[in-house]
Amino acid sequence: MRIIRDLEIVEDNRTRVPDDQPLPDGPVLVSLDRWRQDRDTLRERGDVGVYLSPEEDTHDLLDDLQDLPAIAFELPKFADGRPYSRARLLRERHEYDGELRAFGDVLRDQLLYLHRCGFNAFEVRADKDLDDALRGLRDFTVALQPASAPPPFGADV
Amino acid sequence: MYQYDDDNRRIVRERVAQFRDQVRRRLDGALSEEEFRPLRLQNGLYLQRHAYMLRVAIPYGILSTTQLRQLALIARRWDRDYGHFTTRQNIQYNWPKLEDVPDILDALADVEMHAIQTSGNCIRNTTSDPFAGVARDEVADPRPVCELIRQWSTFHPEFAYLPRKFKIAVTGAENDRAAIAAHDIGIRLVRNDEGRVGAAVYAGGGLGRTPVLATLVNGFVELTDLLSYIEAILRVYNLSGDRKNKYKARIKILVKTMGADAFRAAVEEEFTAIRQGALQLDTTELDRMATFFAPPTWTTGLPPLDPASLPDDERPRFERWLQRNTHDHRAEGYRIVSISLKSPERPPGDATSAQMDLLADLADEFSLGEVRVTHEQNLVLPHVEEHRLPDLWRALDQHALATPNIGTLTDMICCPGLDFCALANAGSISVARSITDRFDNLDYLYDLGELQLKISGCINACGHHHVGHIGILGINKNDEEWYQIMLGGSATDDASLGRIIGPAVPREKVPDVLEAILHTYVQQREGEERFLDTYRRLGAKPFKEAAYADHP
Ligand code: SF4
Repeated sequence: MRIIRDLEIVEDNRTRVPDDQPLPDGPVLVSLDRWRQDRDTLRERGDVGVYLSPEEDTHDLLDDLQDLPAIAFELPKFADGRPYSRARLLRERHEYDGELRAFGDVLRDQLLYLHRCGFNAFEVRADKDLDDALRGLRDFTVALQPASAPPPFGADV
Repeated sequence: MYQYDDDNRRIVRERVAQFRDQVRRRLDGALSEEEFRPLRLQNGLYLQRHAYMLRVAIPYGILSTTQLRQLALIARRWDRDYGHFTTRQNIQYNWPKLEDVPDILDALADVEMHAIQTSGNCIRNTTSDPFAGVARDEVADPRPVCELIRQWSTFHPEFAYLPRKFKIAVTGAENDRAAIAAHDIGIRLVRNDEGRVGAAVYAGGGLGRTPVLATLVNGFVELTDLLSYIEAILRVYNLSGDRKNKYKARIKILVKTMGADAFRAAVEEEFTAIRQGALQLDTTELDRMATFFAPPTWTTGLPPLDPASLPDDERPRFERWLQRNTHDHRAEGYRIVSISLKSPERPPGDATSAQMDLLADLADEFSLGEVRVTHEQNLVLPHVEEHRLPDLWRALDQHALATPNIGTLTDMICCPGLDFCALANAGSISVARSITDRFDNLDYLYDLGELQLKISGCINACGHHHVGHIGILGINKNDEEWYQIMLGGSATDDASLGRIIGPAVPREKVPDVLEAILHTYVQQREGEERFLDTYRRLGAKPFKEAAYADHP
């Protein structure tokens, strides 16, 4: 699958695995429940990240942050603003430096805000054009308030 | 007033370009209406009953004459030659075409204005005291704080998709003219024992279906910490506000469900964690912001006002206007002048392009080039030399802008209702009109004294009926317009919510019922008592009896 990561369109093979399916080899994302249940084994694999629904808090993950290569937030409706706050808290308060990924209703016009809140990976909704989405990150070149990250394409670029 | 720096100029232009592209994508079908809706809403573009409506931000209600002329030009070129000033100190255009909106936004950007975040579930335009900087009862000027909040909240990436809309109001005066108790966050500038200015922060106020007055969260937040404190409140709300039920999504419900103490504790915890962060201001920044709002140079030793110089046929009318429509100014020899947009000729809050142009000219001539918009949907010329008031009055009077009814019954707040709003149950404008027609006797109006009448066309309460001394709410009963009458509300320091006095009445009865209620007041008042105080002393009973006397 092609996604946007660190401002580029890249091929990505980190798969989200539903709870009723066995874990394949290679990098994966599991649900918070699965992580809670099998934390010790999953942690040993080293390539397992966690995905969260908007209802789920990151609270239970705080002790495991250094073992998680990626945390993914579902945006079932892009107008649900909770992941924006959670991402900022992970980046700024808990100094998480792994991948923060958005999936679900991820669209061009939200990308810049997500980026500024600390997201660096985007599974853009399948029916949308990735190049077009990437352009959304250029909508603003300055910001009037601090957040996790400034606009990625500054005024002089 | 504030002048944009490079970043502000750039960001507003970038917004126009972004929206131009979004409109293009909408028109060529790349964006569905469902996807486009939240985007257009964040630019103040609503789909109304007949057409789009564009709401333009007037940050904390302050306009230069250049800006006012541009608003007139926009009305003339892209709308139907008028604009509607709202209770949130904004202006609305009721008839723009979607494809013209990017050009309108460009025209706004030319004069450092925009429509950013004037709707949608985000932080809306901050409102304030229309007498900021000139009021005699001011503790501290609220405008620098308002501007700091404006910049902080503009395109705040974390708070663009809140559970519901979010409104902030700031006052720096002893008398609250910004209705802070009715806002999601209300800020009152206060002085502590050491004489330092800080902010008392309230949260969880709001009208709508479930009217609630705001709760005090912290009695003194240092100004250097204010943005961090507000960010903490917003974060708690963004994470914990109800997202399932739109009627429970405002922060007022969160404060109620959590309880004031638990809410306060959550905010304080978050605040403590971010207090030393990047949002902390230093006093240099505060001072720098304050310089934008430094008082103008007021002339001293001005000649006094001499009403005796007016001809006999003008003097009584002038004096009436002087008494009702002008207010004390901080500086000797000056007065603050209110321009009533509640004339019998137009719906409350409307101004034509010609009127806007004229007011811009008058503001240049008489008021140091500054105009304010009030939450009561009127305009204000903040710096008028007293001895020139007769000249100003004559010019206003010639253009039907000297209706001397500020603060009286006919200076009512009224939402657009059925004439424009898709949600309306009732034609609030025509009800307002029938009331203006009934109470056209100025002597009687003055005798009734200070009276706030507020009318909403549906339960969403854009006309703030809950906090009117008299509130009127349009409801739908068997496909007919009916009106509920409530009494005893107030939006100022003695804030309270009005109570419904009895069954709703049909539209044509509204003026009669009002008349009966006011007659009772005139009979029962003691001394100089205002309507609200008589109501508070006597309770609803005598008013109710009078209102329903002829249809039990
Ligand atoms: S109160 Fe109702 S009718 Fe009036 S403007 Fe608001 S939503 Fe529309």
